[in-house]
Amino acid sequence: MALKKTAAVELTAQEKPESELKSIWESLKLSKTAVIGMVIIILLILIALVTFITEKMGIQILPYNPNEADMSASFVAPCAEHWFGTDELGRDIFSRIMDGTKISLFVGFSVVIFSMFFGIILGAVAGYKGGVIDTVIMRFMDIMLSIPGILFAITLMAALGKGLDKAIIAIGIVSIPEYARIVRGSVLSAKESDYTQAARVIGNKDIRIIFKHILPNVISPIIVRATLGISGAILDTAALGFLGLGVQPPLAEWGDMLGRAKGYIFSAPYTLVFPGLAITLAVLAFNLFGDGLSDALDPKSRKR
Amino acid sequence: MGKYIIKRLLMLIPVLLGVSIIVFTITHVFSPDPAPVVLGQHATEESMEQWREANGLTGSAVSQFGNYMAGIVKGDLGNSYYTKMPVTEELAARFPATIELAIVSIILASIFGILIGVVSAVKKNSVWDNGGRILSLVGVSVPIFWLGVMMIILFSGILHWLPSGGQIDPLLKPEAVTRFNLLNCIITGNTEALKDSLKHIIMPALALSMYSMAITTRITRSSMLDSMKQDYVRTARAKGLGEGRVLRKHVLRNSLNPVVTIIGLQFGSLLGGAVLTEKVFSWPGIGSYIVDCVQKSDFPVIQGAVLLTATIYVIVNLVVDIVYTFLDPRIKLGKKEG
Repeated sequence: MALKKTAAVELTAQEKPESELKSIWESLKLSKTAVIGMVIIILLILIALVTFITEKMGIQILPYNPNEADMSASFVAPCAEHWFGTDELGRDIFSRIMDGTKISLFVGFSVVIFSMFFGIILGAVAGYKGGVIDTVIMRFMDIMLSIPGILFAITLMAALGKGLDKAIIAIGIVSIPEYARIVRGSVLSAKESDYTQAARVIGNKDIRIIFKHILPNVISPIIVRATLGISGAILDTAALGFLGLGVQPPLAEWGDMLGRAKGYIFSAPYTLVFPGLAITLAVLAFNLFGDGLSDALDPKSRKR
Repeated sequence: MGKYIIKRLLMLIPVLLGVSIIVFTITHVFSPDPAPVVLGQHATEESMEQWREANGLTGSAVSQFGNYMAGIVKGDLGNSYYTKMPVTEELAARFPATIELAIVSIILASIFGILIGVVSAVKKNSVWDNGGRILSLVGVSVPIFWLGVMMIILFSGILHWLPSGGQIDPLLKPEAVTRFNLLNCIITGNTEALKDSLKHIIMPALALSMYSMAITTRITRSSMLDSMKQDYVRTARAKGLGEGRVLRKHVLRNSLNPVVTIIGLQFGSLLGGAVLTEKVFSWPGIGSYIVDCVQKSDFPVIQGAVLLTATIYVIVNLVVDIVYTFLDPRIKLGKKEG
């Protein structure tokens, strides 16, 4: 019985998506760095969820209210009461960093969803339709890529104005071409495959073929790009915040905290150390996980 | 080769036209009216209308774009809303500083990136390799503006070794033979000024190079490991060549192609990163200037700066393709396979 079962699993392993997922998971588990990345990401998500839910419920879980100024306690160096010290308005930096986790993660995920949505549509249409449509879309993407990302985002912010939602749109627009390129390439090769031909022969419509048959088969590179895209989005948001183009006060965004503290670089350096460490940790976590995922999803490296 | 270069240079035209359309649309169609920002909240409607007319902001977007393009063809990018100076002059005064910073950064990134990558590959799985891999991971994760700030705290605030900002001590400024400060120091033989300039540039250049250095390290390492497995390397060893010669002549030479591509591609991100680094180190380039212009809605300058950066980026990519042929004679530019 057991033998039969094993044989059956072996026979269908290639076709079964669960087996595929399992093998990716097995391979991911083997990479220490990917696991470290995943653990940090889970921790960050937990912090973000807990701070968000408790804030909505009116419960204060953080040591201090992250947005409440207390001028009598401004620039307190790290101590037992204020682990990371306080800023120029006397706000507790530790509480603000914890509170800022949800903003950074929210921006990271939102940007990726935004750019993935438009990138997938544009890339899929370009790859599937080919011809003039392909040329027009992809040349436009190339032109977008010839402007350095952060410069493009800053220019967009000039039009959109300050604010977190605007930053998401700006960084999202800048990231669209990367997804469009990946999806187009994958669609081009999937278009000629047997399963696509079969779907066409039985009379499926183009849009159904793209979304039902092609995209599910090219999802791996998109997921890898998306994971690394989150880290890029967190970095870019922090950069916009640092330049004073990101969130509106008093929201605790890590980059904005750095930007506001840079005037006190020599008098209160601790106000700059911790928000930067938070950004680095979050970006590092998504990079580690993304790299591990990329190896796990690559059949060649999985066999090694 | 000549034909290929001309063809690629001609391809610059549609790309730059596209960039102009994108930036013009952003700044003229989607942006709020700059008149109240430039003239202040208390400006009368009449004065704003006069200002719009003087700055070519009346009429349809299409006719405004037509005028803008006609200007570009003549080398006129318009005037700054604030200083009233031609954008070309504003950029020409600042761009050399940015280029200087980007070039020093790319040199640092290439030297250290290739060096660490080679050591990592040759001593695979050793302490050196692990160190190199950690450095390359942190390098792509650390925000360069924060790295810059931390460097200032350490090297200027605590150790007092390096100046925290600027390009050169104004009292030491050499005669302006060219628009490039470092070059001026060398041409005039002013060692004092050169020493001071190097002290000023080292921190921003290192901060800016960190990301590119990390990427270069990664690519060099994996490319070297790939080459080391090839048959020609085994043959070279079998015929008794020394390890150093095998590495230099056979492994490194064949690993450099992807490294050169990446270094070339990094130049674009360096120009983007310069915006942040310049802001941190008060570097007098276009990066910090653009940020100020965005905050003041000085659209002509933003358009000009983006157009200039995109041009440089596309030209650098062309140069990378040409360098390819020297590194790998098997590649024939502009000729189809088969």
